[in-house]
Amino acid sequence: MKKVALYGMYVTLAFVFSYIEHVIMPVNGIPGIKLGLANVVVVTALYIHGVRTGMFVNIVRIILAGLLFGNLFGIIYSMAGGMTSFIVMVIMKKTDRFSIKGVSVTGGVMHNIAQIAVAAVMLKTKAVFSYLPVLIIAGTIMGVLVGVISSFVVPAVKKYENI
Amino acid sequence: MGNSFEKFRKNDVYLIVILIVIGIAGLILMQAVKKQGGTVVVKVDGKVYKELKLSENQTVEIVNDKGNKNILEIKDGKVDMTYADCNNQVCVNHKKIMYNGETIICMPNDVIVEIHSDDDSNVDAVAR
Ligand SMILES: [Zn+2]
Repeated sequence: MKKVALYGMYVTLAFVFSYIEHVIMPVNGIPGIKLGLANVVVVTALYIHGVRTGMFVNIVRIILAGLLFGNLFGIIYSMAGGMTSFIVMVIMKKTDRFSIKGVSVTGGVMHNIAQIAVAAVMLKTKAVFSYLPVLIIAGTIMGVLVGVISSFVVPAVKKYENI
Repeated sequence: MGNSFEKFRKNDVYLIVILIVIGIAGLILMQAVKKQGGTVVVKVDGKVYKELKLSENQTVEIVNDKGNKNILEIKDGKVDMTYADCNNQVCVNHKKIMYNGETIICMPNDVIVEIHSDDDSNVDAVAR
């Protein structure tokens, strides 16, 4: 029962972040490429509860946000970004060579690269790759931010759950 | 125990520096190869809809299969999306474009505006 409440809390938080991102303009006019704030919740879930919970929170958030204020294209974009970023983060975490910050930076950058790739395929144009340098830099900065926030949130949540 | 704030590791710093350097190098490279485009290619639903000269001032109405409308303005060698009935207005808020390879995309209406050099557009015309 406690687990259900926990999952609910994670999904709700991730959802709220997704909403905030939805309100903020997408970078450079490519829809779907968002700041990645919701990644704080995904990273936190990954670090505290492991791959399965992280994946669950990620998928549910993307579908919910997509259904509520996006469309099918939006869901495809978010899925491509969210899944690629998550899988790469899991691998990075497994290597144990990086802190939560290095892991989330990789996640942020991969998120943007995956979405550009999907945009190139769906829009049938390679012109979108010209956004890549800006999106690598943006993904890195956002990843650092997400990593720093997560590095505070993870121990705090752990402490709370032990009570 | 005592894991309040995890510090940056050396590898994190390497990673961040490398990514930023790659990004900046990409930007510099793109700036170096930047040249004024010659042709404005408008694609709707993935197909070429119109090809326009960047040097001619004009206003063009773009209507897709579903009847959605965008208005494109070419003025003084710059291309601007001045109107769109799409829901996010990303295209309208996009800065004006003028260089080879730049794009304005209206995702909801499936409209892409690309600037090509004159050589590219010849290739496109043949491929079409
Ligand atoms: Zn638009």
